[in-house]
Amino acid sequence: MEVETPLLSQGTVPDPGIEVFSVSSAAAAGAQRFLQTSPEFAMKRLLAAGAGDIFQITKAFRQGEFGRHHNPEFTLLEWYRVGWDHAALIREVAELISEVLHCDGWQVWPYRTLFMDVLGIDPTQEGAEVADWVHIAREQLGSIPENLDRDALLDLLMSHCIEPALRDCGLVFVTDFPASQAALARTLDVGGMTVAARFECYVGGQELANGYWEQTDAGALRKQLDAENGRRQMRGLAPRPLDERLLAAQRQGLPDCAGVAMGVDRLLALKLGADALAEAISFDWSRA
Amino acid sequence: MPNFSTNEFKPGLKVMLDSEPCSILENEFVKPGKGQAFNRVKLRNLKSGRVWERTFKSGDTLEGADVMDVDLEYSYTDGEFWYFMDPSTYEQYGADREVVGGTEKWLKEQERYEITLYNGSPLAVTPPNFIELEIKETDPGLKGDTAQGGSKPATLSTGAVVRVPLFITEGEVIRIDTRTGEYVSRASKT
Repeated sequence: MEVETPLLSQGTVPDPGIEVFSVSSAAAAGAQRFLQTSPEFAMKRLLAAGAGDIFQITKAFRQGEFGRHHNPEFTLLEWYRVGWDHAALIREVAELISEVLHCDGWQVWPYRTLFMDVLGIDPTQEGAEVADWVHIAREQLGSIPENLDRDALLDLLMSHCIEPALRDCGLVFVTDFPASQAALARTLDVGGMTVAARFECYVGGQELANGYWEQTDAGALRKQLDAENGRRQMRGLAPRPLDERLLAAQRQGLPDCAGVAMGVDRLLALKLGADALAEAISFDWSRA
Repeated sequence: MPNFSTNEFKPGLKVMLDSEPCSILENEFVKPGKGQAFNRVKLRNLKSGRVWERTFKSGDTLEGADVMDVDLEYSYTDGEFWYFMDPSTYEQYGADREVVGGTEKWLKEQERYEITLYNGSPLAVTPPNFIELEIKETDPGLKGDTAQGGSKPATLSTGAVVRVPLFITEGEVIRIDTRTGEYVSRASKT
C-alpha cells in the first residue's frame, strides 16, 4: 500500500551523523518541528497500527550534506515487508536495481570480510583501542582529522578506502555491520559475534540504499537510541529528545519486518550516467 | 580573521593550514551511508605552490588567511628587491627573489602586475598573460628562410631570451605569452 506521512514532525533521530533542519513557528512559541531525515519513524507507527506492507516516495532533508553525491533535500523510496528478514529484502532490492540499471548479478559482503579483504584489517578485533585505530587510519591515509572515535575512524576507512575499492564491483551489498552502527536494526549473533542486521547497497562504489531487519523489541530500541545520544554527547553535541510516539507504537508491537530506504536521485543519476547528482535534480541546493 | 567551516570551503577561499596561507582548490563532501561525514579538501600552499590534500570532519573550521590580490605598478629593482607601487596611494612594496620567483624576466617599468599580499607583504607576483617588450639583441634574419617558419633567439629589454621568427629585427617590440614564454606577434604599432 502506498502511504504518505508528515514532513514536519515533533520527533527526530538521535543519530550523531545526521544534522537535522528544525523549523520553529513564531505563532506557537516553543513549538519546534523537525524536517524528516527519512520517513522511517512515521512508517513504523503505521506498521505498528497494522498497515501491512507499505511504501512511499518522499522528500527527506539532511542539513549540510551537499556535494557531488549529496543534496540536503533529496528523494527517498522507502518500503517495508512484513514477515521478511534483511536477506529476503536484499534480493528484492537487487531485483529492482538490476531492472532499472541492468546490473549483471550482485555480491554480498559482510562488513568484517570486506575490511579484511581490502585492508587486511579486522574491524571487530578484540581489545583494539581508539589509539590503535588512529594508527591504522594514519597508515592508510596519512594525516587524519583529530578527535575521532572508533566508529568515526571506521567510517573514515569505509568512505576513503573501502568505497573506492567497490567502484568496479557493480552491485554490492555490505551486511553485518558492527553492533555500534545498528541504528534501528536488530542485532544478531553471527559466529559468536554480535552484528547489526543491516545492509548498505552500493552501485559502482556509490551508496544507494540502506536496509534493516527492524528492531522490534521496544526496550532494546530505546537502549540503541540512548546509545546514539550518548555518542552525540561524546562528540560534544546536544542529545536530542527521543520520539516517544515511535517508542509507544513499538511497545504496542511492531510486526516482524524488514525495511529499506533508497536514494531516488542517485538511482536516476546512475541510470542517466550522470557524473553528479545535480544533473538528476531540477535545481540543486546551490540553485534552489 | 574569521573562521570558515568545511561547508563554506569554496575554490579560491584563502585559509590558514599548519600556519601557512593556502587557497582552496577543491572540496569534496564524502559520507558513508550512515555515520561520520568528511570533507576531502585540496589546497594550494600559497608560499610553496605545493598542493596539499587533507581530510576534515564535516563542520571543522580553519582560520581565514589575510591574503588579497592587488594590481601594482612595477618601479625598479636594487638587485635584492623588486619594488612595486600602488598608483593611487604611491605606497611601495618590495618583493624578494623568492617571491618574484622567475617572473623578473617579465618585469617592465610602469606595467601592472597582480601581487598577492599576505598580511600586507608580497607573497607572489603574477604577470599579465601577454606583455609587449622590445628586442635588444638578435642576429639579422636571413631572407628566404621565413617560408620554413624558422626561428632564432632574441634577447629582450628585460633580459629574457625568447625564440622569434627570422624576420624580426633589433629594436622591434613584440608580444609574448608570459605563461609559455613564447612569441605571439609583432606589437601593434601606436
